[in-house]
Parts: sequence; structure tokens; C-alpha cells
Amino acid sequence: MRRPGRRGRAGLLAYAISYLAFLYLPVLFLPLFSLNDSVFIAFPLSGFTTQWYAQMLADDAMLHALGNSLEVGTATALLSTVLGLLTAKALTQFRVPGGAALLVFTSLPLFIPDIVLGISLLILLNIANLPLSLLSVIAGHTLICVPFAITVLLSRLEGFDRSLEEASRDLGEDAWMSFWRVTFPLALPGIVSSLLLTFIVSFDEFLIAYFLAGNEATLPIYIWSQLRFPYKLPAVLALGAAILVASTLLVVFAEWLRSRGLESRKQFMVGA
Amino acid sequence: MSDETFLRIDCVSKRFGTVQAVDAADFAIRRGEFFSLLGPSGCGKTTLLRIIAGFDFPDTGEIYFEGVRVTDEPANRRPSNMVFQSYAIFPHLNVFDNIAYGLRRARLDKPTLRRHVEDALAMIKLEGFAARRADELSGGQRQRVALARALILKPKVLLLDEPLGALDRRLREAMQLELRALQKSLGITFVFVTHDQEEALSMSDRVAVMSAGSVLQVASPRVLYEAPNCREVADFIGQMNFFAGRIIARDGAVARVELGPLGQTSLAIDGVAGNDILVALRPEKIVLSAEAAATSVKGSVAAIAYLGERTHYSVAIAGLKEPVFVANQNSEKSPTRSFAAGDTVFLSWLPDALVVLPND
Repeated sequence: MRRPGRRGRAGLLAYAISYLAFLYLPVLFLPLFSLNDSVFIAFPLSGFTTQWYAQMLADDAMLHALGNSLEVGTATALLSTVLGLLTAKALTQFRVPGGAALLVFTSLPLFIPDIVLGISLLILLNIANLPLSLLSVIAGHTLICVPFAITVLLSRLEGFDRSLEEASRDLGEDAWMSFWRVTFPLALPGIVSSLLLTFIVSFDEFLIAYFLAGNEATLPIYIWSQLRFPYKLPAVLALGAAILVASTLLVVFAEWLRSRGLESRKQFMVGA
Repeated sequence: MSDETFLRIDCVSKRFGTVQAVDAADFAIRRGEFFSLLGPSGCGKTTLLRIIAGFDFPDTGEIYFEGVRVTDEPANRRPSNMVFQSYAIFPHLNVFDNIAYGLRRARLDKPTLRRHVEDALAMIKLEGFAARRADELSGGQRQRVALARALILKPKVLLLDEPLGALDRRLREAMQLELRALQKSLGITFVFVTHDQEEALSMSDRVAVMSAGSVLQVASPRVLYEAPNCREVADFIGQMNFFAGRIIARDGAVARVELGPLGQTSLAIDGVAGNDILVALRPEKIVLSAEAAATSVKGSVAAIAYLGERTHYSVAIAGLKEPVFVANQNSEKSPTRSFAAGDTVFLSWLPDALVVLPND
């Protein structure tokens, strides 16, 4: 393949910069206007203020919704990571009949539109005569988070030398202790990054929560409901900016853990 | 409890799908012996070892340790420990924690634990390596750590799954001697899996030769070599010439046997006149000579390979399809060649050098 010439390279650079600008500039308006001393989202900026952040922190309904989201996110992360770990372990350790088909089947929720999933779950809960609550949101979120957990954990457990667990059994530990002393510490980076990833997915999720939350609101639902009131918008922007920073930190941390895991995984590949 | 039936493999069979991995293996391993399972890859030796260890379970048959049936017991409840082919050193633990892994359940106090591990490190000559990480060890060191980790639990039986396969030749030969010395000094029964016949012969008290899931012969290295019980064992252990023969007459316990171009000889075997037999002869038991003797067989040298301490000859004999393989020790200092390709030579051997095999 020909290498791009000088002019071609400049063109590629411009393309890359405009792409990134298109991607992230709108997002950067959030923190910008959250610090602007005006209820109107418009230029020119009128001055620096932190009052929107103060207003945000004083909003009990918002804090309640934040609490709900943290609760749902934590429960979803734990549940889907445990389920994902069991699946990934089964798929890597045993020759599961139809393993490949199983993998496709468990990833299906990734490809079904959330609105379809949300409506079908709502119908299902109605038929089963179960009340809508945060529990139903957790169930819905777990459904879409398990594929993420499986993907992360599979890449961690693949190539895991089976004789490590056998060695533990041979040295006197039962299956349970072998899991805790060998498999768990080796899978830990994958487990942590799965927990973070599924937490973020649940925390950001709107559609399924909207259908299944009943009287409770998660943070995205609360933000959506506040958009009707223009004077509340700056506080929502402040909230959005805060979430943005927290999410970015979490994702960067998860990615760092994952890549560190890939590096250290080389050590326990078969024949290493 | 008799030492003869210390570890009994009682008619054990195991099938994986359509493959008969182990087929009615039936023998006993004695207390304190160095026992090898020898065979080409895929012969079922590793499966049999895993059944003894408690990682795989037989479809039929039983395993007894000192008379106690352990067939269904998992590995963590058997009095054996294993050195894995990949060594299976725990990558998240250092050398000390790897070796101490199995001692957790003994609940030793810190100083005692430390002393045990240090003794084990001394045994494998890796003093000062306690804090090393697994990925800082060479192949030979990993193997020693795996050995110490298994032996620190003082097993009744140590199982070794081709532990020397990943090492280079010189290290492997050094480890063979060391393993053998260790086994003698500890008095622990070793069950050693290998596909290397030289390794099995040089290290073992007894060897079980396996092929296609079946145990063909269980015997000492000398018996395996000098008196194999079937063509496969004779062929797998060392080099062997095979000749077809026929019993032509019988005189009491001795049969007169016709060996085609090799002439006639008398052998103490069963069978009646007319029976076809298979006779085997080791290359080094054949003497080459330039002059004919009473019972010698005439041939011509087809190829020569000079190997320093011995010379290999391929000798064509009229009436035989395959050339006869001859290995002669170069016991005399003789810089000039004794025979050249094309030379006429006369082959002779002692009558008891012939091994009679079942003709199948």
C-alpha cells in the first residue's frame, strides 16, 4: 500500500481533528454552561458561577434519583458480573455443547433495541402481575449487562491453563477453595473491569428504566423530567457535567485494568 | 498390606467419545518403586495417570491405594501429588507461596511453615529463591518448584506427567539423574509418564509399555529389552530385526525351527511342526565376520553409519526383503574401516539371542 503523501497526511489529520471535535465539543458545552451565570444556554457567556452546582446538591428529588441509580447500578453490576463469570468459566473450562450458539444467544440483548426490550419486559411483568419497582429495573439492566460481563471475562479467562486449578485440587483444596485461591485472583482484573463497565451501562440507561421503574425515578429519568422546566436546566447541566467526569474516570480506570490484565495474562497461558 | 499391591490398577477402562483412551489396564505398582508409563503420544498413558491422580474417572475398573478403593475420590482426597507437564506454577504467587500452597490446611505456625518451605527449597537446590515471582523462573527452575510443591506434602505416590519434556537435552539428562536420586533417598513411589524409551529404561525399576490404550507389558527395563512379549514392545524399545520362521520338527521341549535364508536352529518353545513363528534379534547381538563359520549367514553390506563408539551396518541377505540391521561396538582402536559397502560379510549370533514372539 502506498503511504499517503505530505498533503494527504495533512488531510487525514484535519479529518481526525474534525471527527474528534464533532464527537466531544458538544459534550464540552455541558461543563461550560454549567459554570455560566445565566439560565439561558446561549453565547456570549455572562460570567462564572458555581450556584448551579449548589442548587443541584440542594435538590432532594435529584439526590433521591441519584441514590436509586447507584443502587440499581451496583446491584446490576454485581448480578451481571457473577452471571457473566459463571458463563465465561463454563465456556472456557468445559466443552459446552453448542457453546458458540450459547454465546450468540447471550449477546442477543445487545442487538435488540432497548425500546423493544423495555416494552416486552413491561408486558411480561404485567402478565405476571408483578409490581414495577427498582427490582424490575435491576432485572432489565442485568439482561443487557450480562453480555458485556461475558465479553470482558471471556477475554480474561481464555487461555487459562486448566492444570492450575487441577494443581490446586491435587494439593488438597476442594473446588470451592481452588476457585478462591487460584481462579478468582487470576480473574480479578477482569472481574473489576466487568463491574465498572456494567455499572456504567446501567447508570446511563434510560429506556428500559423508563418503562420499568414505576413510581421511582433513576437519574436519567429524573433529568428527562426536568427538561420541561427551563429554569432548572443549568442545574441539570451541572449534574450532567459531574456524571461525565465520574463516568470518564471509571471507564479509563476499567480500560487500564483490562489492558494490565491482558499483559499479566501472558504469564499463565498454556506453555508459557 | 503387601508391597506388591501398594497401588492397584484393576481392569481400568476409559473412553472419550469414540476413542478408547485406556483399555482394561490391569497391573499393580509396588511401594517405593520408580514406575514408568511408556508409550507413543496418544497411547493413553497420561489419561491413566490422570485416573490415578483423580482428575479423570474410569468408565469401568477400580483404583486401590494400599487396598483402599479410591476410584471415585477426587484428587484432593487421594494420597498422591502430581507434577504437571506445564508445571502449573501459580502465576499470582511467588515461589514461597507456590511451595507452601498445599500446607494451608495443615495450619502450621509461621516459623514451622517457613522451615518446611526452606527445607523444600534446599532439597531442590533453589535456596534464596523464595521471593521470586513465577515469571522470573527458567523452565528447569519451574520444574523444581513444581516438584517441591508436590513433595512438601509427603505424598505416598508422586505422579509425574512428562516433566522433562520441555527441558533441553543436557538439563534433561541432569534432571533424570537427580529425580532418580531424589526418589531413592525419599523412598516415595514415583509414577512417571514419558514417551522417551531411553528415559524410561534408564530411570525406572519397572516400566509399563502402552499402545493404543492397552498395557502391553509390565516389566523391568532389562526384561523389556531382552525378552519383550510381543512385536510392538520389541519394536518400540530399541531396534529390532524380525524374521518369519516355521517349526519343522519337535524333540521333547526343543523345537527345530526353519528361519528361511537364515537356516535352521533349535529353540525351546511350544508348538507343533507346521506352526508359523516370529523371531526377533537385537542388532548388537549379531557379530560380523569376514570369514564363514559353521552356522553363519552370508550377506553383503548395503550401508554403514559410523557413530564413534559403535558402527551401524545394514546388511542385505539373499532371500530377505528387509536388510538386517547390525550394531557393532567399536571395542578395538582401529582408524581404518573394517567393512565397506558392498563387502561380503558373515553374520552369526548365539542361539539364545533369538527372541520368539507370538505370531499375530
